[in-house]
Amino acid sequence: MATTREIRRRIRSIGNITQITRAMEMVSAAKMRRAQERVSASRAYSDRIRIMIAGLAGLTDLEEGAYPLLQQRPVERASIIVMTSDKGLAGALNSNVIRHTAEFIRDDIDGRTEIIALGRKGRDFFRKTQYPLTAEFVSLEDWPSIEDLRPVVDIAISDFTRGKVDAVYVANTRFVNTLTQRPQVQQLLPITPEFDDEAEEEVRDFIFEPSREAVLNGLLPRYVEVQIYQAMLDALASEHSARMVAMRNATENANELLDDLTLTYNKVRQTQITAEVSEIAAGALALG
Amino acid sequence: MSSNPKLQVEIVTGERVVYEEQDVDMVMAPGADGALGILPRHAALFSLLSAGELIVRKGTDEQELAVFGGFLEVVNNRVMILADTAERIEEIDEERAERARQRAEAALQEATTAVEIEAALASLRRARVRSNLARRRRGPRADVSRPTG
Repeated sequence: MATTREIRRRIRSIGNITQITRAMEMVSAAKMRRAQERVSASRAYSDRIRIMIAGLAGLTDLEEGAYPLLQQRPVERASIIVMTSDKGLAGALNSNVIRHTAEFIRDDIDGRTEIIALGRKGRDFFRKTQYPLTAEFVSLEDWPSIEDLRPVVDIAISDFTRGKVDAVYVANTRFVNTLTQRPQVQQLLPITPEFDDEAEEEVRDFIFEPSREAVLNGLLPRYVEVQIYQAMLDALASEHSARMVAMRNATENANELLDDLTLTYNKVRQTQITAEVSEIAAGALALG
Repeated sequence: MSSNPKLQVEIVTGERVVYEEQDVDMVMAPGADGALGILPRHAALFSLLSAGELIVRKGTDEQELAVFGGFLEVVNNRVMILADTAERIEEIDEERAERARQRAEAALQEATTAVEIEAALASLRRARVRSNLARRRRGPRADVSRPTG
């Protein structure tokens, strides 16, 4: 059996671990809230753009080629923007996204697939697979702005419009609530406008400057941009909440371990004292 | 509708709500085809914006903002500006804006390809809007807002 000193040392080191995991839990909780706030701050913009596109798509003659971002083609080549975290200690978050993406490629894409990796974990995984990495973005800012994500948007849009790929998808984790984050793959390009009679009605009497076509063509890339941005925020909210939960579990486990160790420590100490007392008693008896 | 309607103004970017105000009298914005002035009871309008100054007038109060591209929408006396980037005048750092302008000018000198020239011109335009606005803020109101020199 371990000596009391060894046990004391373990108790101390596990005590330190709980301090760290508890601090990380609190930091993640704060970051998660911040990510959620950012999502709602961005919603006014994206909702409006979505409605305008829905309305305009119904009213405008969407002839072939006039709106490159709306062009539907048979998907022979596709690229997937995979959003994972740079750091670990977030439970199954990253492996879920990666597994989901791999399944999506296997089941839903017939052609060649390229990967655009956002986040170190996804990059490290897909580097070892047969799928070519078109681009990788790691160590982005903690809170990437739309400006920071523009290179990603540019690659997605230019690969699609040049015909290098026929569809672009985004794989990330959807933040449902603190306990549930769901990996998902969504289509980014071509944009599929939701034709909406109500939106159409709303837009019908508008004066458009310079023209309906120019406005629609201006709105589409912004829509792509804000969708990537929101997907990133969703991924961040998920990352932080997954890490928060993982750290809470770690703290709980450490506390259980602490209880066990304390119990063992007391038992060992008691045994030791008993042994000592009986030795002294035996010695006294022998002398007497 | 009251006899004397006013405008409700919202300026949002993809990242945040930059500005929100009720009872506004007039909005002046840099439209793609030239400056736009929006008064109450304006017809429903959706316009592209270029980079420039946006002015919101409420009574005697004027708020100036820099916007860099985006869209402007007017419906039922509600003006919504979906800006690519927008900054309130007090958020602009004059020295930084000036330095950015010089950098952009230098970049324009060195630019050789069409893409580079385009990019340099765009950033020069942005820098000019910023530094002009920043300078104007300091100018007429210098005596109230901060000591001169």
